Amino acid sequence: MVPIKPKINVNYTENATVVTFTDEKILEDKEIRELQESVMSIVDQPAPSNIVLDFDNVRFLSSAVLGLLIRISKKVYEQNGRLRLCNISPNIIEVFKITRLTKVFDIYPDIASATADFDSEE
Amino acid sequence: MESNEQNGQSVTIKGEPGSIAPVWNELDSKLHRHNYTDDDIFAVHLSLEEAFTNAVKHGNNMDLTKEVCIEYSINSEKVEITVADQGGGFDPDAVPDPRCGENLFKAEGRGLLLIRSYMDKISHNPQGNQLRMIRYRRIGDNNEQVSEKASN
Repeated sequence: MVPIKPKINVNYTENATVVTFTDEKILEDKEIRELQESVMSIVDQPAPSNIVLDFDNVRFLSSAVLGLLIRISKKVYEQNGRLRLCNISPNIIEVFKITRLTKVFDIYPDIASATADFDSEE
Repeated sequence: MESNEQNGQSVTIKGEPGSIAPVWNELDSKLHRHNYTDDDIFAVHLSLEEAFTNAVKHGNNMDLTKEVCIEYSINSEKVEITVADQGGGFDPDAVPDPRCGENLFKAEGRGLLLIRSYMDKISHNPQGNQLRMIRYRRIGDNNEQVSEKASN
């Protein structure tokens, strides 16, 4: 696992890059800007990449983080990559349901299921 | 912070991101003291954050010389919060639905929807620069409410 400052850990599996958010709460504009810089530096690669965002540590987030996820997803798709989310707590899943972002993002229960069939997709 | 009534607080804070944290910390302690559920606390926290962010960004237009006034009262039945900014106000009915069409792919515009979803009652003053919101305390695992939820 490669620690990246700030706010995330990155783990490279056989077929995906797993970005784990390390903070329990993601709220402040400054934190979100830092997260964006960190994640975009991983996404912004010449080759298309499969990205999994792991929310296992996250217990609270604001709608500004949803905006960050939208920006990340646009960047991933521009690069012809694929993006999946996983390990989202029930309270936060409810936020995705209310905002209907469950229709925008591919959400999986855990890292294993999120990375399992990347290769089988077109 | 200055107390203005029993169980109530009124506090005016700088209109800049992050300045809500000490207000939330105090409110959080009181919600726990009144045995609000974790779901209640998540709902109130999210709504307060979203209301404050809207006040700072859209109300005060990120003018750091302007302030945000927050009043709240808590008892074992409900928590009531008012967030007022120093902007010109807005028409809440004119806010686009972030769940529809291309709005779904926009990075902003979900705060008011979340507040409406998580709080039991919300209202704005006629000018549109003050939001009042109420959540009733749920009891136990089945989220049964203390009192009948009033319709919006």
